Amino acid sequence: MTSPDDTAAGRQNRPAGEFDVAVVGAGVIGSALAREFALRGASVALLDARGDVGDVTSKANTAILHTGFDAKPGTLESRLVARGHHLLSRYAARAGIPVEETGALLVAWNDDELAALPGLAENAEANGYTRTRLLGAAELRRREPHLGPGALGAMEVPDEGIVCPWTTTLAFATEAVRHSAVLLLDTVVTGAEPLGERTALDTTRGRVVARLVVNAAGLGSDAVHRMFGHDTFTVTPRRGQLIVFDKLARPLVNHVLLPVPTRLGKGVLVAPTVYGNVLLGPTAEDLGDAGATQSTEEGLAMLREKGARILPALAGEEVTTVYAGLRAATEHGDYQISFHPEQGYVCAGGIRSTGLTSSLAVAEHVARVMEKAMGLPPSPAGPGDGEPPAMPYIGQTRPRPSADPARIAADPAYGEVVCFCERVSRGEIRDALKGDIPARSAEGLRRRTRAGMGRCQGFFCGAAVRHMLDDGAAGRTP
Amino acid sequence: MDGRTIHDADVVIVGGGPSGLAAAVALRRAGVERVEVLERETDAGGVPRHCAHTGYGMRDLHRVLTGPRYARHYATRAAKAGVVVRTNTMATGWTAGGDLEVTSPAGLRVVRASAVVLATGARERPRAARWVPGDRGQGVYTTGQLQQAVYLHHQAIGRRAVIVGAEHVSFSAIATLRHAGVHVAGLVTDLPRQQSYAAFHWGARLAFGPVLTGVRVVGVHGKPRVTHIVVERVADGRRRRIPCDTVVFTGDWIPDHELARVRGLDMDRSTLGPIVDTTGLTSVDGVYAAGNLCHPVETADVAALTGRHVGTALARQLRARSAQAAKAGVPIEVDGPLSWVSPQLIRSTADLPARGKLILRPHVFAWLPAVRVVQGDRLLWQGRLSRFIPTRPTLLPTTWLARVDPHGPAVRIEGV
Repeated sequence: MTSPDDTAAGRQNRPAGEFDVAVVGAGVIGSALAREFALRGASVALLDARGDVGDVTSKANTAILHTGFDAKPGTLESRLVARGHHLLSRYAARAGIPVEETGALLVAWNDDELAALPGLAENAEANGYTRTRLLGAAELRRREPHLGPGALGAMEVPDEGIVCPWTTTLAFATEAVRHSAVLLLDTVVTGAEPLGERTALDTTRGRVVARLVVNAAGLGSDAVHRMFGHDTFTVTPRRGQLIVFDKLARPLVNHVLLPVPTRLGKGVLVAPTVYGNVLLGPTAEDLGDAGATQSTEEGLAMLREKGARILPALAGEEVTTVYAGLRAATEHGDYQISFHPEQGYVCAGGIRSTGLTSSLAVAEHVARVMEKAMGLPPSPAGPGDGEPPAMPYIGQTRPRPSADPARIAADPAYGEVVCFCERVSRGEIRDALKGDIPARSAEGLRRRTRAGMGRCQGFFCGAAVRHMLDDGAAGRTP
Repeated sequence: MDGRTIHDADVVIVGGGPSGLAAAVALRRAGVERVEVLERETDAGGVPRHCAHTGYGMRDLHRVLTGPRYARHYATRAAKAGVVVRTNTMATGWTAGGDLEVTSPAGLRVVRASAVVLATGARERPRAARWVPGDRGQGVYTTGQLQQAVYLHHQAIGRRAVIVGAEHVSFSAIATLRHAGVHVAGLVTDLPRQQSYAAFHWGARLAFGPVLTGVRVVGVHGKPRVTHIVVERVADGRRRRIPCDTVVFTGDWIPDHELARVRGLDMDRSTLGPIVDTTGLTSVDGVYAAGNLCHPVETADVAALTGRHVGTALARQLRARSAQAAKAGVPIEVDGPLSWVSPQLIRSTADLPARGKLILRPHVFAWLPAVRVVQGDRLLWQGRLSRFIPTRPTLLPTTWLARVDPHGPAVRIEGV
């Protein structure tokens, strides 16, 4: 018999203690930071208010791997997105994070948008990105034959891609945990108190004392910033509703189809996903409420109308799911990264949708600046190197375990498909329920395996998957 | 080849529900040797496995069974007939040569067969596919998931449920919820009337709650658990909340058509299943389809009867080694009050459809509707049918089939 605290989840949630570094927020940025400091030999606590890593902004976004071509030149965001693209591309290939280099097309639907493309190419060059190319209407149609009528031309950004945000966050957090970081979930930070050279964080699960506190609290980063006496930005959650279309729609689109940005915002995109779906969205609604992740009639109607124009054949395909994510938008045009060595505090807040791409670069940047102040050993191999964990593969360009004869021969549970739409095997679900950072909810299981995320949304497998989840929670082998 | 073993069969059937098993039995009885059914679930029998209520088997077995007994009956019958039923075995796709790719705990296989019958059935449209916005709270089900949760896995459901839809399956959801101890706050349908038997309607009204007709769901709210839905009266846009912690989206069936689509079969824009002729042959040589993949949905006994029909016809074609060419035919089209017809293609005027009737699906209510069957300007048949009820079948006799000109234009079925 094992005591409850001996389970993987129990170990992760053991009571607080003393650390070199406490990272507040286990989204993609916080997990990347925890990984970076843990690889450099620091003792790290990774805290999150939610029950899983990557459970707020990092789970619900457009999942684009950005080049930074459209960033504001000279900003930190511009530099870190470009660097992050390089780092994450390499890391993803080695960790088994699904990535596809689809390239992006900024499609111009009127003369104004067409006239704006050369300026966007110049902006890209100012960001150090020189591989954009203008396409005429004929070539555009050849590349995207299902585009709606009226597309006049496009700018190609060949290095834009798509990536799995869930596996990315999980890989960083898993690597951190494997390098002795302590993951404290369901842990809400309620206050910070200086203790000489250290800081005590008051949390709902006890005190966490650390020499350095890193604020990666996303939507809550302004609140944490104020706990340290800084009031330099306010996060206004910006809601993005997104529609996921059936995988049978995937042949309709070859690239990420970006709108030409106008004064009114970035507009709506159509993109393939690494799982083989088609994504349409997002809306952009500034909200006062950080809990407002519902989709709305108006939002869906707007997306439906725009989608019908961009890719008319989408209207004939089924919707698999709809979700809404919140981005940590601030009143500033750049990331809010600031260093306060005298307080043993770093803020990495106000990071919007590009944070998925820039995450490793943000971590590298923060660690380098703090290296001297903290007396950390420099990372021997540099970030993106070392030995990333081999993550369960949930993309569609390589075979999943249920399509891999060697995996099934080694363990027949990988040949027993439980979630039919997504081809998720009993073996994969079992693994996700007892991994380094095990799934503790149906949603956590979905993000690790895609079980229940397919077109039937649980009609066939929902009850069986819940059965396995209940078994896992009760300590039985599912 | 890349770790897959090759496996031969005369006919392979994808899906071990009533239609697939009935087709398999018919094939074996007609003397076809190697008939295999691929069933991805742990047990064969299909959807009836988790429908605890009675009423199964009337048209095909001429008796009345519960769903699980009906499912077991077909599984046993298939085994006795010498059908190889492979459970936990999923057809995942097609090779470039048109053979089925199969995954199971035994590994990956490619199944080569003279003919494939797709009997993959149908599923209920989930909430997002019906464009219902709101929170993604727990407590949202389809009937299929609900029944499995209650009858196969004995899971707790909730306290107070609203059922979306008022067709046969919606009333079946009432029974399931009652079995699970859930109070049913009501059924809502955007149609002007419920579409099941009147007895169900009044029974539901007396025992559970109101059937709200002409009302559509415009939001599901509450996190982490559903707290209420918002409904809108179609006629005047008036809205109100209905408190509940469980919402069951019922009916609104869509064929599970991935294999059909990926194979490139010609698809029907209304059923969303493959276009089939009166023997079940699709637009591709050697690929047949049967059951609720073709007519989403009929009751299990009707699915079994179309499966039996397709199995018998296929056995005949295999013996004759003739009519397997998926040549062009005369399409059957519908308009007016009709949404679809199944089957929707005539390749031979000598081949009657299952039960000698075409299945029509209306989208309006009507009593004794007048119907005309024409080919070009030639009237083939006219008469009155019993009634139109949306989501329910109306059967059209095919006494006119022999008079169809095989080289003529499409046959049109016009509701007047």
